[in-house]
Amino acid sequence: MNPVRDYKAMESVMKKKNSNGMNVIYMDNNATTKVADEVRDAMMPFLTELYGNPSSMHTFGGQVEKHIRKSRESLAALLGCDSSEIIFTSGGTESDNAAIKGVLAALPEKRKIITTRVEHPAVLALCRELQDTGYTLVELGVDGRGQIDLDELAGEVDEDTAIVSIMYANNETGVIFPIDKIAEIVKSKGAVFHTDAVQAVGKIPLSLDKSNIDLLSLSGHKLHSPKGIGALYIKKGTRISPFIVGGHQEKNRRAGTENVPGIVALGKAGELAAKEIGLENTKVKKLRDKLEAALLKTCTGATLNGDKINRLPNTTNISFEFIEGEAILLLLNQFGICASSGSACTSGSLEPSHVMRAMGVPFTAAHGSIRFSLSRYNTEEEVDFVAGKMPQIVNRLRELSPFVK
Amino acid sequence: MWDYNPKVMEYFLHPKNAGEIENPDGVGEEGSLACGDALKLTFKLDKAGRIADAKFKTFGCASAIASASIMTEMIKGLTIEEAEKVTNKDIVDKLGGLPEQKMHCSVMGMEALQAAIKNYRGGKEKQPQKIEGKIVCTCFGVTDKEIEKVIIENDLDSVEQVTNYCKAGGGCGSCRGEIQMIINKIRGKKEKGAEAQAKPKKLTNLQKIQLIQRTISEQIRPLLKADGGDIDLIDVEGNKVIVAFRGMCSQCRTAEFTLKDVVEAKLKEFVSDDIVVEEEKTMIDEPHIHKEIKRAEK
Repeated sequence: MNPVRDYKAMESVMKKKNSNGMNVIYMDNNATTKVADEVRDAMMPFLTELYGNPSSMHTFGGQVEKHIRKSRESLAALLGCDSSEIIFTSGGTESDNAAIKGVLAALPEKRKIITTRVEHPAVLALCRELQDTGYTLVELGVDGRGQIDLDELAGEVDEDTAIVSIMYANNETGVIFPIDKIAEIVKSKGAVFHTDAVQAVGKIPLSLDKSNIDLLSLSGHKLHSPKGIGALYIKKGTRISPFIVGGHQEKNRRAGTENVPGIVALGKAGELAAKEIGLENTKVKKLRDKLEAALLKTCTGATLNGDKINRLPNTTNISFEFIEGEAILLLLNQFGICASSGSACTSGSLEPSHVMRAMGVPFTAAHGSIRFSLSRYNTEEEVDFVAGKMPQIVNRLRELSPFVK
Repeated sequence: MWDYNPKVMEYFLHPKNAGEIENPDGVGEEGSLACGDALKLTFKLDKAGRIADAKFKTFGCASAIASASIMTEMIKGLTIEEAEKVTNKDIVDKLGGLPEQKMHCSVMGMEALQAAIKNYRGGKEKQPQKIEGKIVCTCFGVTDKEIEKVIIENDLDSVEQVTNYCKAGGGCGSCRGEIQMIINKIRGKKEKGAEAQAKPKKLTNLQKIQLIQRTISEQIRPLLKADGGDIDLIDVEGNKVIVAFRGMCSQCRTAEFTLKDVVEAKLKEFVSDDIVVEEEKTMIDEPHIHKEIKRAEK
């Protein structure tokens, strides 16, 4: 039995239909992405024949080591840094935890953390927990476009500040922060700067060796590799304590036998991303812009959320006034269209997304915010299909809404 | 992703009785845009006084739409007195179940129905909706009466469940302590009698201090924590209990109110009626401490 061929057969089935027997139109790439065929093929041998432990003395295990090295180099090439500055983790959340807790542990005399109100929970919930244990936490607010005030940041960073953690790009709106400027400000004040770049890596060209970013988190499954693998960039000379101990792996900086298939997959995904990054700002951006323009034009009560200029090329977040996000998503789902929402109902919490609230999006619009996040695998036909279906979905729900007069 | 059963999906995708009746006999509105769901129910009676037609308009998720739609079907043909007896549980049962976090959708249906009945009885002129009871959850505008109702009707015993059923406590969370007290009041009526008996007539000093400590950690601290505050027991002198407030409570201008109102009431309830509570001033006034330390250093 050839496992590769079997997976291919299964994929061809899954590719075409979802459980409703419908074509799947996947526009939720900020949530997770399809594993690229090349990535799957690259990792497959490490799930089958090449199962050795890279730490073993025998050749069978030891030979795996060079594949890890190669992956580290591909990823370093994508990030524009040295391969020794990358450690592999289980994903974005672990990288964020390792960065923030690791710096705090290495700088016990400093008691202040600065972040923003629109961070991913992997950072925000962690920082709030640290606040409960006695750290001073500053959460910078954002304006209506979702941007922070750099002067406010500069005013907050002081001698007591251990770490500043600000995301590269927001997962909900795609808004990109001026990270190089931010890193410069933080460095000039002598604090460590971490950025959660889970949404940015592979979509925006990076050259970390020329930046003042000390720590950068990334996640494999946001760039077409599987879930359960990520990385943390640690600039040479950054004082940080290990987050997970109990083994010599990753030069004692992250213990635990390496997730070899994941690492190989991430390396391959990084290599592909470096090659395809041009597409993000041409093909993907063009598709996103077409979809956005169509929805804003044809759907009643549609408004764009977030900074229109400084934004990921694949993301658009649109509010549909007086209707509710979950209902929109479920109707989209009827057509096989996958998107997501900042509505309270979709998360099981009762308040709309913290990002929408921080930006001051009124409740009339926040509950009906929908995010479409594209990838290089989307096509113009798909965009046209979604643009064609949305107006009828919006109208149908507006007819039901007691607020539409 | 929510696990909606096929019936809920059917009523969401093909809702029956959507719309608004012109010149209705009863109108009921519940929820708001801020809350993320809202429902407007209108009905008309026939000559025999039965509900001849009912229509709904919903701003909300699939379960809110499905709950409203199925409710309009359920009440058709009923008299006002019969319709009045429809509970959120009936709506959920008719739908074949809702996810736990979506129970508030069925409650909204019931409340809109009751509002519509009230509107019918109050005559045609639109009367401003009166809020019964006192507001407990300010984020979602839920009163103690409404919370009591969902606890009793659905046999709830945790704050989380109350949030799922009527949203109270799901916003800033500062009312969770109060919701717990309402639950305790309803659920604990039986237990309370037993507890009062268990309270020994005469406590030794050691027993008293232990009981004070336990009351603070089990009864008082959770209430303050919900508001971002905390409390420390500093000393006990006879019936005088000296405490210090931490976190948000220490900077709160209403701290004196909290102190008298919550801490003393709780200690009186669980320990002894003679308890007097005092606040340890120097412990919260940190600059003061620094000054003293500096003076000592000199």
